[in-house]
Amino acid sequence: MITYAAGSYQVVVIGAGHAGCEAALASARMGCSTLLVTLSMENIALMPCNPSIGGPAKAQLVREIDALGGELGVNIDKANIQVRTINTGKGPAVQALRAQADKYEYHKEMLRTLLDQPNLDILMAEVTRIETKAGRVTGIVTKTGAHFDCQAIIVTSGTYLKGRIIIGDIIFDGGPGNQFPATMLSQSLQDLGLSLGRFKTGTPPRISKKSVDFTKMVEQPGDERPLRFSYISPVFIRPQLSCWLTHSTPQTHQIVMDNLDRAPMFTGVIQGLGPRYCPSFEDKVVRFAHKDSHQLFVEPEGRATDEMYVQGLNTSLPEDVQIQVLRSIPGLEKVRMIRTGYAIEYDYVLPSQLKSTLETRGIAGLFTAGQINGTSGYEEAAAQGIIAGINAARQVLDQEPLVLKRSQAYIGVLIDDLTTKEMDEPYRLLTSRAEYRLLLRQDNADLRLTEIGRQIGLVSEERWRIFQEKTQLLEKETQRMREYAVTPSDKVIGPLLVAKGSSPLKDRISLWELLRRPELEIEDYLKVGLLDEYDLDILEQLEIQAKYEGYINKQHEQVKRFEKMESKLIPAAINYENIPGLSNEAKHKLNQFQPSSVGQASRIAGVSPADVNILLIYLEKERRK
Amino acid sequence: MQGAIAAISTPPGEGGIAIVRLSGNKVIETVDGMFKPHRQGVQLKARPSHTLTLGWIIDPEGQVLDEALVSIMREPHSYTGEDVVEINCHGGTLPARQVLERVIQAGIRLAEPGEFTRRAFLNGRLDVSQAEAVIDVIRAKTDKAMQIAVRRLQGSTHRQVQQLEDELIQINALVEASLDFPDEVGDPDYVELRERLQQIVDQLDHMLEAARRADIYREGITIAIAGKPNVGKSSLLNALLRKDKAIVTDIPGTTRDVIEDWLNVKGIPVRILDTAGIRVTEDMVERIGVERSQEVIQQADLIIFLLDVTTGITAEDQFIYDSIAPNKLIVLVNKEDLDDKKVTEEDLDQMLGSVPIIRGSVKEEIGLKELEDLIEELILAGGLESDDLEMVVNLRQQQSLHQARQHVQEVLSYMETTTLDCLGVDLRGALESLGEVTGKNLKEEVLDRIFHDFCIGK
Repeated sequence: MITYAAGSYQVVVIGAGHAGCEAALASARMGCSTLLVTLSMENIALMPCNPSIGGPAKAQLVREIDALGGELGVNIDKANIQVRTINTGKGPAVQALRAQADKYEYHKEMLRTLLDQPNLDILMAEVTRIETKAGRVTGIVTKTGAHFDCQAIIVTSGTYLKGRIIIGDIIFDGGPGNQFPATMLSQSLQDLGLSLGRFKTGTPPRISKKSVDFTKMVEQPGDERPLRFSYISPVFIRPQLSCWLTHSTPQTHQIVMDNLDRAPMFTGVIQGLGPRYCPSFEDKVVRFAHKDSHQLFVEPEGRATDEMYVQGLNTSLPEDVQIQVLRSIPGLEKVRMIRTGYAIEYDYVLPSQLKSTLETRGIAGLFTAGQINGTSGYEEAAAQGIIAGINAARQVLDQEPLVLKRSQAYIGVLIDDLTTKEMDEPYRLLTSRAEYRLLLRQDNADLRLTEIGRQIGLVSEERWRIFQEKTQLLEKETQRMREYAVTPSDKVIGPLLVAKGSSPLKDRISLWELLRRPELEIEDYLKVGLLDEYDLDILEQLEIQAKYEGYINKQHEQVKRFEKMESKLIPAAINYENIPGLSNEAKHKLNQFQPSSVGQASRIAGVSPADVNILLIYLEKERRK
Repeated sequence: MQGAIAAISTPPGEGGIAIVRLSGNKVIETVDGMFKPHRQGVQLKARPSHTLTLGWIIDPEGQVLDEALVSIMREPHSYTGEDVVEINCHGGTLPARQVLERVIQAGIRLAEPGEFTRRAFLNGRLDVSQAEAVIDVIRAKTDKAMQIAVRRLQGSTHRQVQQLEDELIQINALVEASLDFPDEVGDPDYVELRERLQQIVDQLDHMLEAARRADIYREGITIAIAGKPNVGKSSLLNALLRKDKAIVTDIPGTTRDVIEDWLNVKGIPVRILDTAGIRVTEDMVERIGVERSQEVIQQADLIIFLLDVTTGITAEDQFIYDSIAPNKLIVLVNKEDLDDKKVTEEDLDQMLGSVPIIRGSVKEEIGLKELEDLIEELILAGGLESDDLEMVVNLRQQQSLHQARQHVQEVLSYMETTTLDCLGVDLRGALESLGEVTGKNLKEEVLDRIFHDFCIGK
């Protein structure tokens, strides 16, 4: 093919999904000339699956991305139809915001942000080849012959790589939502020496709102309070649209069972591995045969559309069976299906080939982020996107890479898991994957990461000002509450304790410590004038830090021990075959994953404590040479 | 400096002394908390480096565990390059082991095999040429120790650990699923949760208790022979051992220190101690021996108390008898082969009540078989059920079981007053501790269980 020189950028991002948008914005905002290449302008920041953002672990990610100066939080705040807090009452570590997105608004708002961004150009094209020289990327070539020079490339191709859509016995090449797949890039990645795997995921049918009988469903309204993901979004309540809860019936399950011989999940047509946390409906019916009903949520996909998403019904059953299944569900007796549910298989890059910076180990300047790394979820994708964008830009600018620790952020947990674990299903972040969950809360993401974002250059003046005001207030008020002691004879506290059914004081105690009593809330102090009126953010933060101090300190202790091994770095040029004493399995695994620290090495399955000690001794020996 | 570790650093078995070595952060302060110096007011932390201090190691209630010579070596001039304390205990497995357990109770971790040497190397106290040797030690010991420990977990113990593991994985899954998938999984039922956790605590208690008792089979028990001078204690020791160990003469007070040896009673190692005859004495050397004997009597699991049929029951006998707890007593009325009998059944009844009595003659080996049977009966009457005989967990495993118990207890204590995410910290801690017993990483199994047990999927 004859190519032509189309231009030169410092950073090229391939794919404009949630990872690609964050990567491109980060790179451009850090001052790198950036090209964002997308298969379709209409699909930028597309949400091809569920129309929601947030939930446990994911809300924390959104807040972390926001604190670093990313866009996901700001964008969902502009484009939601409903926001709720879930897991209230289970503790601050797992409390999580969740928003229902307006998919169309979400796309439009992100597109506008991208278009307005200086240093950032957008191009609609299919990238077919990545060019390298001496182990370093030099440029990309598009299907139509355009050649761009560049110093770093971030591939964020989602599920488009050799995408294959399956609906019953109908199978065709396609990206999500029946888009064109990226057919050539897989080969180019393999030519560069990368190993690919194949995963599967799925999505439910979409239905017409007009044809739904909501009287047979339970309404799920949004929160009455103004809620926002981003620390810099304005505080106000948008009109909330409800979601609706219904359920499958024994008849539904019978329909599935009667058609298993036509279900590609069971006939062997689908070979890619699917996620256990997101099973197809047919899988649920078969595996949980004792249940005669499963919950299903009917959710609007936006304000200006008639389309609704049937959460919990993802399926690759034949189209006619899908219609039968839908119509056996209370409220959907006369439903019209707008889009058919499908399963999709796609190539992913085995993430054991990545460094913690998300750069591939073999090819300098080549980064991957998002579903291409075997993850699932918009938030997981965006989190990798911003890190890849930051690290690509920092490499171009000749700066040290950014790697967040497991003890610092869910982003750190996510990327560390990707680079130390064997993957046998698409990876989804869970709060239970985080050892230091009580420290990595959605309420303190700004306190954890804003300063890092500022150093990197992604935190705007406005965000920095808001952050500084907040931390100063917190510091001042924390100190005051720690020092303000009340006595058993206190005229204000006495009656308050009585009113709250709390036992009377025996000794002097600070307001801070007193707040640990489970029956007291910080609002109680506010009501009796022991506290000034502050923003809800500040009140919430004070209350959590006071109430959970014991457990939080416990976790800080654990982190101290953890970080000792994290700080013992392993040089990149190490050859594990040459380390005497290591078990063969450890040698193999360490060579495969190439951990960057002894701590990381210890998390690789197959590396025993004895191996870790031997590694420590080897490193010390090398150091003394 | 790193977290503190401890281990018995002398080879197992008999020796004049046994050394419990500690290294790491705050070890000197920790030992200060369990050390009562002979010279009042002496504090280890105030002593200069490389000094020896004599005193007693005491348990939290102030009871003496052993008399010990404690050496301190401050960083960096120690074997490991960290603060090091070495507690020189009396020889034999038991004192050192009791001291080690005391140290672990105080929050110090049991050292991994080769860990002192590893630390020494990493802290620059060993040169590079010694690195290979360190690696060999680690390779040889760590994996093998784990393998052996896991392999030794057999039968009912293995089943119990697995059951506990399974139950804890299930509970973790229940809680984690409710935290991560609130739409699909409801809140756990606290009443049920409390019951199940309490059962785990009970089970762990049971196992720890069984482990302690099973220790008898590995660590053995201590039997002291007590009685007034010249009642035949050394002769009894010799007879039981069937070899000359103590000096046997007719001069009262010949045995001036505690003499010990091991014998084997139906597979249970028994450390048998001959004590100096207890009496009021002016002789300094002998007086130390007498005091020491009384200490031994306090510590022994079982005491054979000898009476002399030819002397009748004397004030000295009464004095000794009063210092012994009756529940660990066997009385042997000696010298029944002689004609001059001054101890009547009434005398014995009045003094001893229901304590088991054997009448015999050590010299003529009369009643010795009876004595051995009685020893066995009494040891096993300690409640070793046949079921528990399989309970062979090592100290490291016991430590892990104990930690697991602490974590679960913590959950139970705070269930009503704190949130589920906080409880999750200790639930996970319990699981990790239990995983150390079998060498498994149970974190992934929780996820597997979540997806297996709950229909999750949106």
